[in-house]
Amino acid sequence: MSPLQFCLIFSGVLFSVGLAGALARSNAILVLLGIELMLNAANLNFIAFWRYGPASAPATGVIFVIFSIAVTAAETAVGLALVIAIHRHQRSIRLQEATRLKG
Amino acid sequence: MIDAAHLWLIPALPLLAAGIGALTPRSGRRLASGAAIAAMAGAFLLSCLALQRALADPAAHLYANFTWFELGDGAVRLGWLLDPLNAFMCVMVTFVSLLIFIFSLGYMKEDANFKQFFCFLSLFAAAMLGVIVANSLLLLFISWELVGVASYLLIGFWFHKPAAAAAAKKAFLTTRIGDLGFLLGLVWLYDATGSLLLFDGGHGVLESGVLGDLATQVLASGLAVPTAISLLIFCGAAGKSGQFPLHVWLPDAMEGPTPVSALIHAATMVAAGVFLVARVFPLFAADQVLAAGPLHALTVVAAIGAITALLGAVIAVAQDDLKRVLAFSTVSQLGYMMLALGVGSWVGAIFHLLTHAFFKALLFLGAGSVIHAAHHEQDIRRLGGLSRSMRTTFVTFAVGMMALAGVPFVFSGFWSKEAILHAASEWDVSHLPFYATLIGVVLTAFYMTRLLCEVFRGAPRSPAAAHAHESPRVMTIPLAVLAIGAVALGFLGTPVWPWLQSRLTGTPIPARPLLEGGGLMGLSIVLVALGLGAGWALYGRRVRLTATAPDPLAAAAPRTWAFLGDRMKFDSLYAATLVRLNAFVAALADFLDRRVWGSAVGFLARFAEFTGVVNSEFDDGALNGGFNAASEDIRRTGRAYSRAQTGETHGYLRTLAIAFVALALLVLLGGVR
Repeated sequence: MSPLQFCLIFSGVLFSVGLAGALARSNAILVLLGIELMLNAANLNFIAFWRYGPASAPATGVIFVIFSIAVTAAETAVGLALVIAIHRHQRSIRLQEATRLKG
Repeated sequence: MIDAAHLWLIPALPLLAAGIGALTPRSGRRLASGAAIAAMAGAFLLSCLALQRALADPAAHLYANFTWFELGDGAVRLGWLLDPLNAFMCVMVTFVSLLIFIFSLGYMKEDANFKQFFCFLSLFAAAMLGVIVANSLLLLFISWELVGVASYLLIGFWFHKPAAAAAAKKAFLTTRIGDLGFLLGLVWLYDATGSLLLFDGGHGVLESGVLGDLATQVLASGLAVPTAISLLIFCGAAGKSGQFPLHVWLPDAMEGPTPVSALIHAATMVAAGVFLVARVFPLFAADQVLAAGPLHALTVVAAIGAITALLGAVIAVAQDDLKRVLAFSTVSQLGYMMLALGVGSWVGAIFHLLTHAFFKALLFLGAGSVIHAAHHEQDIRRLGGLSRSMRTTFVTFAVGMMALAGVPFVFSGFWSKEAILHAASEWDVSHLPFYATLIGVVLTAFYMTRLLCEVFRGAPRSPAAAHAHESPRVMTIPLAVLAIGAVALGFLGTPVWPWLQSRLTGTPIPARPLLEGGGLMGLSIVLVALGLGAGWALYGRRVRLTATAPDPLAAAAPRTWAFLGDRMKFDSLYAATLVRLNAFVAALADFLDRRVWGSAVGFLARFAEFTGVVNSEFDDGALNGGFNAASEDIRRTGRAYSRAQTGETHGYLRTLAIAFVALALLVLLGGVR
C-alpha cells in the first residue's frame, strides 16, 4: 500500500468515526467533537495530496490546513458558546431536546 | 549501547503506556497500571544506559537532529540531546516516578478512576522526559506545555471537589502566564539567531559562535538582547517552578492526590523550570561579557530565587495542613535552586535538584502514607502520636525531614545546601542572597521539626489518628528506597569527592579538604542546630494536647501568625488587583458591546423600522391587492416544506450524510462528471 493510499484510508476511517459520533451522540459537545474529527480527516487529505501528489508550490497544503485549523478553532468557540446558550435555556445539552426551532 | 538518536525511546515508552491506559476499559486496572509501571521501569533502564554513555565522555554533547517539516525555504528541525545533565535528570525522574507509580498502586487502590490515574501519570512522565531529552527549544516548549496539560489533569483528578477543580485551573492559568513570556522569548531568539536547536555543529543557540554574535546586540534601552531573551525565558521557568510572584498555584495544587503532589512538586514539573535555566545557562550567562550592561539576567534570577526561598520558608512556619507545609517548603527549596543558578553555580542547583527530588518525594509519599492511614485527615493539629502506630513511615519521614533540614554529614540535603551556600557566599554582586539563604536554613530546620513533632509525637488528637495503622508494603517499600537515596545521594557531591560536579561540567574539579572553608560549614551547622533546637523547644518538649489548643507562636503573635497562615495574603492581593482588573476589562467590553455598539445598531434598526412603517403604509394602501392572492399560495407551500424543519439537529445531519453518500455513489458509480 502506498503512503497516499494509507493516508486516504486513514482519513476515511477518521471521517467515518467522526460521522458516526456526530450522528449517534446526543450530547452536543460530543457531536461537536465528531464534527472536529471529520474536519481533521479533510485536513489530512489536504496534507496527503500535497505531500504525495504531483509537485506543487511549496507548502500550499500546509498553509491551507493551518488556515483551516484557525477557522475550525473559531468555529469551535462559536459552537461551544452555542452549547452554553442552549444549556442556559433548557438546563441540558441533549440535542434531542433542542427542537424549539421546529417549523 | 544507547546513543543520542535512540533517546526518543525514553519518553516514548511512558507515552505508549499512556496510550494503552487510555484505550483500556475502566475495569482494566491491572493492564493500565502494569503498562505504566513496566514502561517506567524500561525508561529507567534506558536512562541508566544513557547515563553510562554520557559519562564515558562527560564533556561532549551528543545530539541527533532531524528535520520535522520544511516550509518554503526554511526547515523546522528538532533533535535529541545526550549529555551528563540530561542523563542525570532522566535517571532521577524515571527512578522517582517509578517509585511513585508503585506507591500509587496502594494509595489509589480504592479509587474508581484508578486506570485513568495511571494513564495521566504516564502522560505526565512522558511529557517531562520529553522536556529533558529535547535538543530543540521548540520541542522542549511542546513537551513543556504537555506537562502543563497533564498537571491540569492530575491536580484536578478529584474534579468533583470544587477546590480541586479550582486548583487545577489556577495552576494551569498561572503557569500559562509564565509560558507566554517563554514563547515570546523563543520567537525573539529564533528571530535573532535563526535557530532553536541547542547544539547543531556550531549553529546551535548554546554554542559560542551564536552566543558571541547575540551578546553584541544591544537594545535602545541599553539592555542586551540575550538579557531580554533570557528574562522572557525565565518567566516560563518561574511559572513552572513556582517562583515569586507566580508561586500561588503551587500550594493550591495540593488538592490533587498525594502521589501527584510527590510527582509534580518533588521530581518533575517544578524541577522543569530549574532544569530549563540550567540547560540554557550559557544563554543566561552570555550578557556577562557586557560588564557595563544595566542589568544581567542572572542577577534577576538570583534576586527572585532569594525572595522565593525566604518567602516560602516564612510562610511554611505558619501552615497547619500537612501537605501545605511541604508545599511551601518546596517553594522555598526551589528558590534555593534558582538562587544557585543566579549566582552562577548551575551545578550546585542541579545537585540540590537531584537530592531534593529524593527527599521531597520521600516526604510527600510519607505524608501520603499518613493521610491514607488517617482517613484523609491532613490537619496536623488533629494528627499526633503516629510514631507508635506507623513505625516505618515515621522512620523514613524523619530521614526525609533531616535531609531537608540539612542535618550535617549523613544526609544529602546538607551537602547540596552546603554547595549553594558556598556559591552564594562567593557571589561578588551582592551579599543579600547569602543572608537570605542563612535565614532560610534556620527556618527550614524549624518548621520541619514542628511538622515532625506535631504529626508523630504526643497522643492522637482525633479518632482518625487514633485508629491509624501502618500502610501496606507496596507503599512502605518505596519509602524505604527513597530514604536510602535521600542519604546516599549526598555523597556523590561532597567537597572531598566532587564526583557529580566534575561529571556534570565535564572538567575535573579539584577536591577541597573538608575543613577548608570550615567557617561556613560550621556556621551552617550552628544554624541548623538553632532551628532544630527552637523547633524542639516549642513543639517537642511540650507536645500539643488537644486539636484546638493554640500554637505557641500563634499565642505570642496572633496577627502575624494569621497573616502568614493566610499565605501573606498573596491570593487576596491577586484577587483584589489582577482578578478584579480582568473583571473590569470584561465589564468594559460588555458595556462597549451592549451600550455603544448595541445602541449604534439599535439606532440603525429604529431608522430601518421607521422607513419600514412608512413603506408599509404605502404598501397597504396602494400595492396590496394582487399580491395577497399570490402570497396565500406561497404560504401553503411554505407550510408543506416547514414539516421538514423538525428542529432536530440529528435529522439534518443525517439527511446531509445520506445526501453526501448518495452524491458520492452517483459520482463514483454513475460516472457523472
